[in-house]
Amino acid sequence: MVDETQAVLDSIEGTVGDITVVDPKMSMRNVDVFYSDKQAIYDVDLDVANNEVIAMIGPSGCGKSTFLRCMNRMNDTIPTCRVEGSISLDGEDIYAKDQDPVLLRARVGMVFQKPNPFAKSIFDNVAYGPRIHGLAANRAELDDIVVKSLKRAGLYEEVKSRLDAPGTSLSGGQQQRLCIARTIAVSPEVILMDEPCSALDPIATARIEELIDELRENYAIAIVTHSMQQAARVSQRTAYFHLGKLVEVGQTNDIFTNPAHELTENYITGRFG
Amino acid sequence: MDKLHLDQHISRKFNDELEDIRNRALHMGGLVEQQVTGGLQALLDGDSELGAEISKADHQVNKMEVEIDEACTHVLARRQPAASDLRLIVTVIKVITDLERIGDEAEKLGRFSVDLASSRELPVYRKELRHLGELVKSMLRDALDAFARMDVDSAMKTAAKDADINQEYETLSRLLVTHMMEDPRQVRNVFNITWCARALERIGDHSVNICEYVVYLVKGKDIRHTSFDEAKSKINN
Repeated sequence: MVDETQAVLDSIEGTVGDITVVDPKMSMRNVDVFYSDKQAIYDVDLDVANNEVIAMIGPSGCGKSTFLRCMNRMNDTIPTCRVEGSISLDGEDIYAKDQDPVLLRARVGMVFQKPNPFAKSIFDNVAYGPRIHGLAANRAELDDIVVKSLKRAGLYEEVKSRLDAPGTSLSGGQQQRLCIARTIAVSPEVILMDEPCSALDPIATARIEELIDELRENYAIAIVTHSMQQAARVSQRTAYFHLGKLVEVGQTNDIFTNPAHELTENYITGRFG
Repeated sequence: MDKLHLDQHISRKFNDELEDIRNRALHMGGLVEQQVTGGLQALLDGDSELGAEISKADHQVNKMEVEIDEACTHVLARRQPAASDLRLIVTVIKVITDLERIGDEAEKLGRFSVDLASSRELPVYRKELRHLGELVKSMLRDALDAFARMDVDSAMKTAAKDADINQEYETLSRLLVTHMMEDPRQVRNVFNITWCARALERIGDHSVNICEYVVYLVKGKDIRHTSFDEAKSKINN
């Protein structure tokens, strides 16, 4: 079995499709990621553009989440994790020594699999980021940011009468939209989403997907998802990862009707790899 | 992706569903081929009994179209197929539409053969009709073979044969128009022969469509409404 896996890994030579975009918001080049001495990502190149949703798909353990987490240095929190290669935001290396990861994460926000509101009120959840980053000069400005963020996240109408209620009192779908509002509140440029709908029912999922499409107007969005239908629905480009390599990247329409690589085909059609 | 690997899904039931749909489309192709052969034979032999039989059997083709369509809809709703699976379903939905229309043309051949069985005009054009009919039959057979084998080369070669059919049809049409002008009393019979020639020519067109769907199924490239050379370069890109 180990030999078989190695044979498949060896058979993936480079990435099929064009990894570049015109005027990239983020550029990843020759990215290798290791957990201790185990390599999790092999030499991945990928650009992410403004105003696009790029979906990252692949079987469990393919490295898609690891790769996503490199994009705002979330992996810094794992002591055994080592990232090599270059990852840039607007042409600037996000792993540069003078780069403050906290500031970086304000520019490159992240929404997680499980909604994780703070044990604070709805208002304070959204106000948290603007407060620590000093984005509001006074209470009126802060109110404005919170209301705008909740509106953008499509949650305001549902919570406007109870902004003091704890964030955790909301339903799962509402909590996830609250987390999105919290991410938006610090005016990020890129939003990373790691399985944002996996804990939600189909209606809450549809709401989030609708929101993702609206957010695309203002942000670059990269989403990791296990749901291929979701990738097909929300993204303009799709990247297929397998065993830590980026096998194929292309327009979502092409990937889901006529993928070029056999491994992509096998995965999206549910065939044995 | 030159092969569909329909037996390799993790879900065996999905394998079976797709295989079943494909088999039913092939079966429908076989039935339509029989109908065309029968309709042509009835026409050429002036066999009105066979003609009536063929005409009557068209409902079987229609029934199959509806059943296969339904099976395809179920797979779309329940499985959300992607890539080659999606292309297979789309292809089958389109192929069976063309097959049903070929069935309608065969039904016409049967129906007109009843009217024409005792006409004096039919024997005059039997040779030309036979020639056109054989070309059409062979083209339909090759198109269905290309679909069964998912053979792009053969689909392209078969599609190219439509030009010969169109030429034969044009030649025959001119003869028939001249006949009508020379002997207006026989317009009805000659007109019916024209309809038969037209039905055969249309079968050629539907066969071209099937060939184009084979290219889409195997290569994922849509070559409809393109020239032969454009199609070739699309396939190779």
